[in-house]
Amino acid sequence: MSNIPNDLLYAKSHEWIKLDGDTFLIGITDHAQCELGDLVFAEVAAVGKVLKAGQVIGSIESVKTASDIYSPVDGEVIESNSTLGDKPEQINEDPYASWFIRIRPAQPGIPTNLLDAAGYKAMIGE
Amino acid sequence: MRQSSFQTPDPDTRLILEKGGTHFANRLIAPLDTPTIDFQTWFGLANLRAEKPAIPDLAEPEVVRHYTVLSQKNFGVDTGPYPLGSCTMKYNPKVHETLAALPGFANVHPLQPDATAQGNLALMADLEKHLCAICGVDRFTFQPSAGAHGEWTGLLMIKAYHDSRGEGYRNVMLVPDSAHGTNPASAAMVGYEIRQIASGPDGMVDLNALEAALDERCAGLMLTNPNTLGLFEKNIGRIAALVHHAGGQLYYDGANINAILLQTRPGDMGFDVVHLNLHKSFSTPHGGGGPGSGPVGVKAHLAPFLPAPDLMKNPTGSYSLEYERPLSVGRVRSFNGSFLVLVRAYAYILANGAMGLREVSQASVANANYLLAHLRKAYDLPFDQPCLHEFVLSGSRQKELGCSTMDIAKRLIDYGFHPPTVYFPLIVKEAMMIEPTETETQEGLDGFVEAMLAIAEEVKNTPELLHNAPHPNGHTVPISRPDELRAAKDPVLRV
Repeated sequence: MSNIPNDLLYAKSHEWIKLDGDTFLIGITDHAQCELGDLVFAEVAAVGKVLKAGQVIGSIESVKTASDIYSPVDGEVIESNSTLGDKPEQINEDPYASWFIRIRPAQPGIPTNLLDAAGYKAMIGE
Repeated sequence: MRQSSFQTPDPDTRLILEKGGTHFANRLIAPLDTPTIDFQTWFGLANLRAEKPAIPDLAEPEVVRHYTVLSQKNFGVDTGPYPLGSCTMKYNPKVHETLAALPGFANVHPLQPDATAQGNLALMADLEKHLCAICGVDRFTFQPSAGAHGEWTGLLMIKAYHDSRGEGYRNVMLVPDSAHGTNPASAAMVGYEIRQIASGPDGMVDLNALEAALDERCAGLMLTNPNTLGLFEKNIGRIAALVHHAGGQLYYDGANINAILLQTRPGDMGFDVVHLNLHKSFSTPHGGGGPGSGPVGVKAHLAPFLPAPDLMKNPTGSYSLEYERPLSVGRVRSFNGSFLVLVRAYAYILANGAMGLREVSQASVANANYLLAHLRKAYDLPFDQPCLHEFVLSGSRQKELGCSTMDIAKRLIDYGFHPPTVYFPLIVKEAMMIEPTETETQEGLDGFVEAMLAIAEEVKNTPELLHNAPHPNGHTVPISRPDELRAAKDPVLRV
């Protein structure tokens, strides 16, 4: 059973989203890091990058596989967690502290395609 | 447990450079009977080494033993079953090595004038004719070194084709989510934006998802058929029509062509570009890092873009290499690719003939379904249908009991088998992708079934046997489980 905090929102592609004032912090869920296994590489989008929803905000590699991390919204990257590249294992150790980027959404409001904790829990079958 | 055919290797782990001393026995070279010269007079002091080079002083038997012991630590098709999915680890007839070593093939220099290498050029031309017939395309290039290199070359041709028509704005390559990882990687190397197409519940390309992804920016779709689940994309006709209607080109990843040899042809399914892995499907030793060969075939409308030089037959009947190709994507590899792999593939095609190649695909499919029918008793089969040349099991049931697919793979080594491909394709959890190939014997197949079923029991009763696997035994299993995390994160590449 993975850790799914109630105060976060979730994308179907296994990102968590934390609403923080008028910006969002984005990372990957405990379930995702558990499925991926030990991470050996992480790369995050650079500050200033303007993204559309569904575009890549980072890439990770584990001993098993490689995956992209997607933005759930249109917006601009205003902060980028460069420590992930040096210590990708922190994502395994504490996925909800290991944010990838802070994004300023192009539109205000909460995107409708995101799940709450209960919805995400049901989606991954827990 | 299966009996091993291995000899007990020397526990000595020294490199050959660390071996040797001052042995003067067993030397096969006779002492010099000619006058020696004074090097300093001949070459000058500045050009002489101060110290002797660090070449180990070894007698011939010591060198032979060193490499023979090393070769016994390696697992290959020649030592046991090797069901590594999508890699087509078929047995490679030894006569191919004799043929490839013939002096006319092995000793030809790539810079020799065309006129003095006519036999080799004729072999390439004839092989091209056979591959065109097998794939249903019009031309081939032999330059690419292996599969991913072929993908890149094929995509360069697609890009050149769109550019030549003033449609350079087509910058999106579609790739299914079950694709080989090389497909999106090759497309990215060409500069394409990748758009992933979801698979439907049956494991096939979802036609609605495909239609939604098609627009005027579509450069093409890359597809493996049968796909990485070992299932034939039965909607391929419709897929080809949709992609072509949108102005895209259809790329065939030939990794799985073993399943359809002489049954159907990529060209007939509507593909415009095809790459083959001669080192897999057409039988050449591979898996040890090469040499590979990834020829790319195209329909006539893409032929002007083939890499240069191109092999031409002159009106007189002789062959030459044509460099003047204004629309070509250029040279993608030095010389003529891996020529000796072409010799092996040519021998394989001629030895089998059309009927033989048809039996290859039939037997590869029969062998895979034989394993599938037995292994589904103990393992989950997420896409439950008869397969072609390979199939994908899930270790989810075992994972719930505390043993991962990685543990199962490692335990198979204890039983004397090479593990299947694991954790791929990505759309199956705890995936095990199994491809026995047509050359595995009934005994080999039964042995694999027995081992997999025994391991499924061990998961329930003695899981620690899996967690600690493999167990070094001094011969078939030389080492315990390597630390893959540290190997990936902190590799020590130089001591």
